[in-house]
Amino acid sequence: MAQATELVQARTPRFGRGRWFGTESRREAVWGLIFVGPWLIGLVLLTAGPLIASLVLSLTDFNLSNPDAVRFVGLDNYAAMASDPNVRQGLIATVKFAIIAIPLTMVASLGVAVLVNSPKLFGRNVFRTLFYMPIQIPLVAGTLVWIGFLNPETGWLNGILKLVGLPGPDWLNSETWIYPALALIGLWGIGNFMLINLAGLQSVPTELYEASRIDGAGPWTMFRRITIPLMSPILLYNVVICMITTFQYFVVAYTLTNGRGDPNNATLFINLDLYREAFQYSRMGYGAAIGWLLFVIVLLLTLGLFAFARKRVYYAGGEA
Amino acid sequence: MTAKADPRLRSFGERGAIARSYRRYLARASLTLFAAVLLGGYLLPMLYMLNTSLQQPSQRVTAGAPVYPAVPATGTYQGQTYPIYDVPINGTTRELMLTEPGRESSTFVDPADASGTPIVWQGRWRTLSQSWTFAPEIDNFTTVWTQLNFPRLLFNTAAIAILSTLAAVLSSALVAYGFARFRFPGKNMMFVILLATIILPFQVTLIPTYIVFTKLGWNGTWLPLIVPHLFANAFNVFLLRQYFLSIPRDLDEAAMMDGAGPFRILRSIILPLSVPAITAVSLFHFFFSWNDFFVPLLYLSGKPELQTLPIAIQQYNALYVSEPTLIQAAALMTMAVPVVVFFLAQRAFMRGVVITGVEK
Repeated sequence: MAQATELVQARTPRFGRGRWFGTESRREAVWGLIFVGPWLIGLVLLTAGPLIASLVLSLTDFNLSNPDAVRFVGLDNYAAMASDPNVRQGLIATVKFAIIAIPLTMVASLGVAVLVNSPKLFGRNVFRTLFYMPIQIPLVAGTLVWIGFLNPETGWLNGILKLVGLPGPDWLNSETWIYPALALIGLWGIGNFMLINLAGLQSVPTELYEASRIDGAGPWTMFRRITIPLMSPILLYNVVICMITTFQYFVVAYTLTNGRGDPNNATLFINLDLYREAFQYSRMGYGAAIGWLLFVIVLLLTLGLFAFARKRVYYAGGEA
Repeated sequence: MTAKADPRLRSFGERGAIARSYRRYLARASLTLFAAVLLGGYLLPMLYMLNTSLQQPSQRVTAGAPVYPAVPATGTYQGQTYPIYDVPINGTTRELMLTEPGRESSTFVDPADASGTPIVWQGRWRTLSQSWTFAPEIDNFTTVWTQLNFPRLLFNTAAIAILSTLAAVLSSALVAYGFARFRFPGKNMMFVILLATIILPFQVTLIPTYIVFTKLGWNGTWLPLIVPHLFANAFNVFLLRQYFLSIPRDLDEAAMMDGAGPFRILRSIILPLSVPAITAVSLFHFFFSWNDFFVPLLYLSGKPELQTLPIAIQQYNALYVSEPTLIQAAALMTMAVPVVVFFLAQRAFMRGVVITGVEK
């Protein structure tokens, strides 16, 4: 974000203060605010306003079916969350899923990017397009396809595992196997990460590879010592975005069991719990409190990732 | 030990250039093969979907049925229809019509034999397996089409996607132009806030927005899916701003000398020169809207006549869990438009991802 500020300063030409000071610059400012206006209005009405409103709401027992009976309850919602088994299960399920899905998504998207970046590959553009394509499939439709594909009796995955002599689990009905299964379904969403990694790979200066080849470095050493460090800002960006989307996981879980959270609440992710509390049971004050919990967790994790990366991420253009 | 002296090897070494290019070709071919196998595995569920959507439901519950869409083979003999079985005779397997089933021996006729010479086979016909012929079934698609009222859903989804794309692109272009070309107090701060909204989970603003839209009477209409996009979105603004900044200012200034105002410059200079970025943003938003699930679920789940495809097929799946042939046909029909549009516009699209992603 600091980088973005620098960009603004760097790209806006500085005219002589004297000439632009006064009515001319005031007029420019007015025009600028007119153009930025729609976003500013939206920021107040659709972001800042609701953000504060949801904080206030989280301190009440607001129920949409009986809005007049609203009472201020202080921190009761937050206290209730601490002992709510569904909230606890929602966080556990989300973390279990994140531990499998984020590394898998990151490794797969980097691996495929390296593969389709290789000059040795015939038909590179065809491979790039086809590896990217599944992210364009509506998530609900993709999930329905995977539900069939992972069926223990009629699905193909277990059929293939059987052919090679491995016992296939009941992917979607096992409390253990559901998370790897969801991570597998998530692989259809690597497209954007892959493409961003690909652009990052192409921005690594080739002279560095040539120099290290002269020094006798093998491909693995070059990947670890040159590619990874130079790609680290991009990898950090991908991890942050992947983490945020994982904590908002909803569509696949909802489609899988029609929002029931089966098997045995293993797919009751925190966002699904929020949806059920706020929109199925109409407990909107409590739902708002869960929303804020989610927000604080995501914010802390993002800040944590940036702090962790501070010494480990290399910015070619200087400190960011 | 005498390898160095071997004349054949030396001559091979002299043809080293050819051998090297051959080896290089082989390395490229094996890498491509590896990538193709990986891609095949990655897209295999799509083949499963296509295959299942072309099957009859009865095939899926019949033991011994093949994987591909097929029906039990039959043949006609003297005006009658008979099932065809795989019959082992003298070490070879022949596909024969079962004309007279018997307990310990049965009579078969070769469907290719016009004269219809009966063949008597010793054994229990029930131990034989039926013969299947490839027969794709398109009834699943027509069933889904009418059961789901598919034309209505297509219209709703496309109309919402087009309206919200227009709203998003227009507003984001205005805002991006403001950030790219004007100086005003607090601009840098505002831009940082804009980027910060990207990491804000939408759940935290969801409930108050829902309450307000419901109070306004917008619940059960398309308005909550379209109106919020009139206020620009951080991703779109960022992408367009980056692109606008790459357009030389001299062009604006020349137009300004000719008396063009800011709107005129945006319309006749900036927008025409930003077609690739505008296309990318439009495509992103169109697909975002086409595939969106959460917001339509909140506002439209009780309104079948206003619903979008993702909501409708999710509900369809909940109703017809036990009919995989219909579900897979519905999935295929839902992804058809986005996938086809993607292949037509993939260049513009993939370039857009790179602009938004990397610059941050």
